[in-house]
Amino acid sequence: MSLRLAARLARRELRGGLRSFRVFLACLTLGVAAIAAVGSVRQAIQAGLTHEGAALLGGDAQIELTYRFADANERAWMTQTATRVSEIVDFRSMAVVRGDDDPHRGLTQVKAVDGNYPLVGSVLLSPDIPLTRALDGANGLPGAVMDPVLIERLGLSIGDLFALGTQNFVLMAALTEEPDAAGDGFTLGPRTLLRSRDLHASGLLQPGTLFSTKYRLDLPPGADLAGISEQAAQVLEGSGQRWTDARNGAPGIAEFVARLGAFLVLVGLSGLTVGGIGVSAAVRAYLARKTETIATLRTLGADRATIFQTYLIQIGILSAIGIAAGTLLGGLVPVLLAPAIESRLPVPAVFSIYPQPLFEAALYGLLTALLFTLWPLARTEDVRAATLFRDALSSARALPRPAFQIATGGVLSALIATAAWFSGSVWLTLWTSGGFVAALILLALSAYAIRRLARWASARTRGRPSLRWALAAISDPREGAASVVLSLGLGLSVLAAVGQIDGTLRNAISGNLPDVAPSYFFVDIQKDQMSGFTSRLENDPGVSRIESAPMLRGIISRINGQPARQVAGDHWVLEGDRGVTYSDHPPQNARITDGIWWDKEYSGPPQVSFAAEEAEEMGLKLGDELTINILGRDITATLTSLREVDFSNAGMGFIMSINPSALAGAPHSFIATVYADEQSEAAILRDLADQYPNITAIRVRDAIDRVSGLLAGLASATTYGAGVSLLTGFLVLIGAAAAGEPARRYEDAILKTIGADRRRILFSFALRSALLGIAAGCVALFSGILGGWAVATYIFDTGFTVIWPSALGIVATGLAVTMVAGLLFALRPLSVSPARILRASD
Amino acid sequence: MTAPVLTLQNAALSLDGNAGLVEILHNINLSVNRGETLGLVGPSGSGKSSLLMLMGGLEQATAGRVTALDQDLTAMDEDALARFRRDSMGVVFQNFHLIPTMTALENVATPLELAGHRDAFDRATAELDAVGLSHRRDHYPTQLSGGEQQRVALARASAPRPQILLADEPTGNLDEANGAAIVDLLFRLRDRHGATLVLVTHSHALARKCDRVVRLRNGHIAADDTQEAAE
Repeated sequence: MSLRLAARLARRELRGGLRSFRVFLACLTLGVAAIAAVGSVRQAIQAGLTHEGAALLGGDAQIELTYRFADANERAWMTQTATRVSEIVDFRSMAVVRGDDDPHRGLTQVKAVDGNYPLVGSVLLSPDIPLTRALDGANGLPGAVMDPVLIERLGLSIGDLFALGTQNFVLMAALTEEPDAAGDGFTLGPRTLLRSRDLHASGLLQPGTLFSTKYRLDLPPGADLAGISEQAAQVLEGSGQRWTDARNGAPGIAEFVARLGAFLVLVGLSGLTVGGIGVSAAVRAYLARKTETIATLRTLGADRATIFQTYLIQIGILSAIGIAAGTLLGGLVPVLLAPAIESRLPVPAVFSIYPQPLFEAALYGLLTALLFTLWPLARTEDVRAATLFRDALSSARALPRPAFQIATGGVLSALIATAAWFSGSVWLTLWTSGGFVAALILLALSAYAIRRLARWASARTRGRPSLRWALAAISDPREGAASVVLSLGLGLSVLAAVGQIDGTLRNAISGNLPDVAPSYFFVDIQKDQMSGFTSRLENDPGVSRIESAPMLRGIISRINGQPARQVAGDHWVLEGDRGVTYSDHPPQNARITDGIWWDKEYSGPPQVSFAAEEAEEMGLKLGDELTINILGRDITATLTSLREVDFSNAGMGFIMSINPSALAGAPHSFIATVYADEQSEAAILRDLADQYPNITAIRVRDAIDRVSGLLAGLASATTYGAGVSLLTGFLVLIGAAAAGEPARRYEDAILKTIGADRRRILFSFALRSALLGIAAGCVALFSGILGGWAVATYIFDTGFTVIWPSALGIVATGLAVTMVAGLLFALRPLSVSPARILRASD
Repeated sequence: MTAPVLTLQNAALSLDGNAGLVEILHNINLSVNRGETLGLVGPSGSGKSSLLMLMGGLEQATAGRVTALDQDLTAMDEDALARFRRDSMGVVFQNFHLIPTMTALENVATPLELAGHRDAFDRATAELDAVGLSHRRDHYPTQLSGGEQQRVALARASAPRPQILLADEPTGNLDEANGAAIVDLLFRLRDRHGATLVLVTHSHALARKCDRVVRLRNGHIAADDTQEAAE
């Protein structure tokens, strides 16, 4: 038999229309559309970042130095290379507003600029005045502009005065648009923008102050960015410079968007998996209806291959329709909703139809459709001609032929490999897919257990017929309890896991952390200020503990003479500069896990003590040589000890500590953590800020709120993804309920015949849906809690507590969704005359 | 003379089908006395099963009146009819119509549970025993043969001790031996409970066992004779 014949037969079979494939098409379309939409938005943001690269960066290229200015040679190279250069100084400080009462203070991220700023794009102010005029100030005082959030927090009005360090500024306008804001990344304080030269009298930029300088370069048209980047690396070698150029103006954001996008696509795959369950159920139902046709074809001489091909072609055509509709929908929706999406995005995006995410979604759709239809299709091989005389499908073997099992394994592997390829992270894909597979296995086992339990309970609910019917129906393998638990359960599991992880992290950050974390971090304390600083706090009964340490920042550039990234890959410690301290003794609460700390008087070649966990992750061992660029100078130190560093309590923790003689001569400031009761916090800040205006205080509670806000945003993005899974699950339920409607009608007719009234029948149907929904919700909750616990324990390394409001919400959602789907298709049968149903089936 | 338990006065039934309104039964006047066995015979499409459905309140007459045990079935809503059947009627179908999700015992116990009998399962066990299926009590309908399914259906219909038993071609789907056994059982159950039995049949042998035979043709009663044997 030929493929052409199979195609002809398939075409004839499809004459019946697509009516019976509505759920099939809806599941596939929705699943593919969700992935295509997420991918399209991700691509739009990436295109926006590329397109606006220069504006985001504030120039064609940027060289960033950590708390130092470029020296004369470096400046000369920049001036020679670029047509214009703009210097920006970026640091944290306290804005102080002095009035009649206690002064208001607010943490701010200061951007001090020169006359060339911004090289690209323009600053928008309210009132709408030029930036130059705003920074000129008024009444002999320099001007500044501020983020409206900070203006409100400090209770300022335009024209009011505020101080940074010892310098007063006039607030000239609110900063409504900062062209290079997205490129600056995450900051704890809202922005204040002013002129660099106006800082001279502020006393803020002292030796050792934590600041960075950014040199924006306006390059000639057509400049070779890669070539200039290489030149910069040579000219500024060993200076600890970081190069960014317009090819990727906001690398942090680009990477974040890529990772979040990849994760959301994987969450979208859970929706497609749920859809796959619906697709599989629809194909099974279709083939069950076609059993007689298949048996007839067998009687007429069709071989197994022809039968399989006939139905594979049909399902293939339908899948193509669903995938095409999904990619179209997923590609168009972001374009149609572009204005709404853009208004919520903090970064630029260029919305368009991008082929790559659509291709990615289509490929996922194709593989998922194949994965979930292969087994039902394989069962067509088991239909014999004798089926015309008796039901033979029910006696078909449980597993298809080994060839189909191998093919299914191959498709699953291809799906995971595709996801790993597109997400760019094999581990993320393996963890997520492993989670889905584990959840599916758990749900399948639970579905079986629920049926057994319902059977057991049904025999023990004699005298309560409505409950017994409900339990008996749940226990029947044909009644689709498995499909309900699987489809609804997977969506709810993802939702439950997101709820538990989000809640646990927020608890860890905003619930438990304030109890163990310090009240304040004080940074930029000068060495000569330390004694006065400490004595103010030691005499305060509200202060329970003070810790202080010298603070420098350094970038690990080489490990054993090799570029650091070649040795330790993309480890977070290598991303930018890290805090470095020095000490002649180990920190009090630290435990040396390997090696020995240097002697108090040690003055030999530099030695470094490294955080044990991070060292292990980076593959570092005792005796390794680390080259750390501090203040533009390379220091090569031997790794002589490893120690435990606890970052979980937000206390002081340095990845690297170096022997004092290696660093003590370098200009640096001190950092201090202060543990105080909440009532004493305000007075401490007032006294220290008044006495030492250059010091910056970071209130830990404020930082926690900021991080919690970011987490909430991430959780809501993931919740939307999980919501699509749930919606697909609901579609599958609708499909199952619709498929079960004839059975409901039949049951309803029999029950009416033997004397049950409609109220009782409806109650039993409702009870059946409710019990299944609660069961699916409980199983999802269990797997969600298990997933949440695993992520909290093994990935975030934090304690786990069940978030009960979210948990109860999951069970309630399960209940609501099954009740709606179940009752939607249970009401109609109630109104049909039993005689017609019973006679129709005679 | 014994009082009638079932009465149809000028009863008619029309059904709205794809081809428009189809008149199934016309002007039926019929009384069935307590304890009587009545066979409804006639060619296919003559309205036998429809008449049985009217008697059981499974269809509502579009004209006329149907009373059973002095209750006007035509005036009852669907729930009242269901409760009436629960208390007073048992129905047996050609296709058995057992609830597929329930075991044999649970199927038989269900009408007793609906009627609020605390000993529903004990009585159901006894009924299954009476039809010779106590060893199959925990089997599902799909695990039973046709004859066994019909015996379960009989046990279910007779379990609440109904005053009226309605049977729609109860042997239509069974082989000769099983059919004979079911008929034997049906009459034994009727005798045991003293119920009035109305049955639709194509079988001459079965019709001959009835006290009275009513022949239908084109929705009309063509003959009503206690002496008539089905042809």
